Amino acid sequence: MEGTGADGGRGRAGGEPGRTEMAALLGDNAEDLYENAPCGYLSTRLDGRIVKINGTLLKWLGMRREEVVGHKRFSDLLTVGGRLYHETHFAPLLTMQGEVSGVALDLVAADRGVLPVLATSVVRTGTDGEPLLIRTTLLDARDRRAYERELLRARREAEHERVRLQRLATTLQRSLLPPVLVSVPGLDVAAHYHIASSDEVGGDFYDLFPLASGSWGFFLGDVRGKGAEAAAVASLARYTLRAAAVYDRDPARVLGALNSVLIDGENVDEEPRFCTAIFGRLAPEGEDRGFRVALASGGHPPAVLMRSDGSADFLPTPGGQLVGVLRDADFTGTVVHLGLGDTLLLYTDGLPEAHTATGDGRYGDEALLEFTRALAPTSAPAAIEALTALLDSLGQGLDDDTALLALSVPAVPAPEPAAGRPGSREP
Amino acid sequence: MDVWRRNRVTVTGPEDGPVVVLSHGFGCDQNLWRLVVPLLDDRFRVVVFDHVGAGRSDMSAWDAEKYSTVEGYAQDVVAVCREFAPVPVTFVGHSVSAMMGVVASVQEPELFEKLVLLTPSPRYVDDAGYRGGFSAEDIEELLDSLESNYLGWSATMAPVIMGTPDRPELGEELTNSFCRTDPEIARVFARTTFLSDHRAALAGVTVPTLVAQSARDAIAPPEVGAYVHAHIPGSELVTLDATGHCPQLSAPRATADAIASFVLER
Repeated sequence: MEGTGADGGRGRAGGEPGRTEMAALLGDNAEDLYENAPCGYLSTRLDGRIVKINGTLLKWLGMRREEVVGHKRFSDLLTVGGRLYHETHFAPLLTMQGEVSGVALDLVAADRGVLPVLATSVVRTGTDGEPLLIRTTLLDARDRRAYERELLRARREAEHERVRLQRLATTLQRSLLPPVLVSVPGLDVAAHYHIASSDEVGGDFYDLFPLASGSWGFFLGDVRGKGAEAAAVASLARYTLRAAAVYDRDPARVLGALNSVLIDGENVDEEPRFCTAIFGRLAPEGEDRGFRVALASGGHPPAVLMRSDGSADFLPTPGGQLVGVLRDADFTGTVVHLGLGDTLLLYTDGLPEAHTATGDGRYGDEALLEFTRALAPTSAPAAIEALTALLDSLGQGLDDDTALLALSVPAVPAPEPAAGRPGSREP
Repeated sequence: MDVWRRNRVTVTGPEDGPVVVLSHGFGCDQNLWRLVVPLLDDRFRVVVFDHVGAGRSDMSAWDAEKYSTVEGYAQDVVAVCREFAPVPVTFVGHSVSAMMGVVASVQEPELFEKLVLLTPSPRYVDDAGYRGGFSAEDIEELLDSLESNYLGWSATMAPVIMGTPDRPELGEELTNSFCRTDPEIARVFARTTFLSDHRAALAGVTVPTLVAQSARDAIAPPEVGAYVHAHIPGSELVTLDATGHCPQLSAPRATADAIASFVLER
């Protein structure tokens, strides 16, 4: 718009400034810019005493030049808290770096009003590099600081919510697992649950519980996915398996019951709900003779049986399909004998699928088998302890929740060793 | 526990020289001594270190409970000084570190030859019959200032915290590259510093002590220095011609001279 003649003939055609504008531009000299800049300027001696101050800053402070220059230090203009900050952070940094930028401080005006500013200071040095004085620019930061306070408040709230969420996730997680494993006469049991993220509930679950006629049910499973939905399915799976086990002795049919519940209860607009699980029934075979274990698997990684003779192998449960996908899913069972000194290990795929730096990038079934072969013969508590250490050693590579459940029959105490037994170092 | 790594202990100067341990206070790290060290390490074995949570100390050693008391820091001071045993050290504590020295020397006097308390204050908040210079509200204001000022922390540490080392632009150095602290840690240390009270500990100091105050110090004014001097039996008082709470930066020569002549004093 400038110089078009529309402003009463002050300008000439051709875009050059008119006389009044020219005068205004000429008047915008360095002196005037300093005095009336849209920010506060302050020059102080190295001890902080103010030697020069601009009109803008005096106006903000509501002070006269003569009461400031030569009488006040920069820190005198600050709130007490700001003065502490200035002394402990701002001034030392300025001495060491020669400059400090964008520090939030509060000025106290003559009327005791507080004015938030952002302060930037540089040390001006002489030709010999000796520091001479400190130049400080102060920007009015009322809006910015109000905004930052909002951010700080939001951050505090977010932190608070995160703690709440974690507590909720932990509580929910705990509800999927038995608080303590029941004790089974003649059996050692141990379990471990590795939580990959404290913010989210995982979908792994296990349980061990008494059934009528002196037998025991146990299961371990893994709902695909994470979060509240997975937890809800895990919870459903847990009480369905417990209820089904009461009226059906066959583990394969217990899994079948869970399969029906998951499919029938499915809402068309919901994500499909399915899981993998191993269900088993333990029946004691008499004094010191171990247990008969009937097992069925629905798409779950095979259990490992570590024998008292030091061998260890996967326990194949062929044909097991995922639970909750096909209406006529087929779950086949198997029966094993858990003798004295034998240990049965159930786990979720967090362990074999943990990321490692070696091999094909996963921990893998082979490594697990090797690990358990090195362990055998063992006991449930010892196996869980060793596997927990293994999980810990996988560190960040273990990015999924992992549940472990081990059952073992104590070995009969070895008879007192006779003198001169093989391997003895006695001459 | 490796004290040298935990506290980033750095030693310069002749091995057979008298050992002088310089301990920084709240707000910065061992960098605070950078102008004084070269003025001392021609004659003395000069030791500087970072308190846990400051500078390049081992952050995994941070424990909000331990370091919420001056006594917690004093344990570390004892551990650092013990590294030089059986040679007793002269411990120079700046600001809140002065009280760490007081506490440590009362606990383990045999580790200390002498104490230099630089701009000390046994209590910052006013009390009946005692003027520390601050009110509890003032300290809250300081905590607000800490929260509003990250001074190079967030940007430089962000990639580590957020686990995004593949975004190097997040790790660009800010201008305020010294004395960066995790704001959470700074908050705890600020409370430890400004809300503790060690007036009662002063009388228990048995080691020869020099109280060195700054002529113009808004945090530890002359009457506080005089209080410390009056309550430590047999202590000496010197007023450095310096402005501000950090005479080791504003008047490094005067500070170094005061330390050196006190160490060499018979």
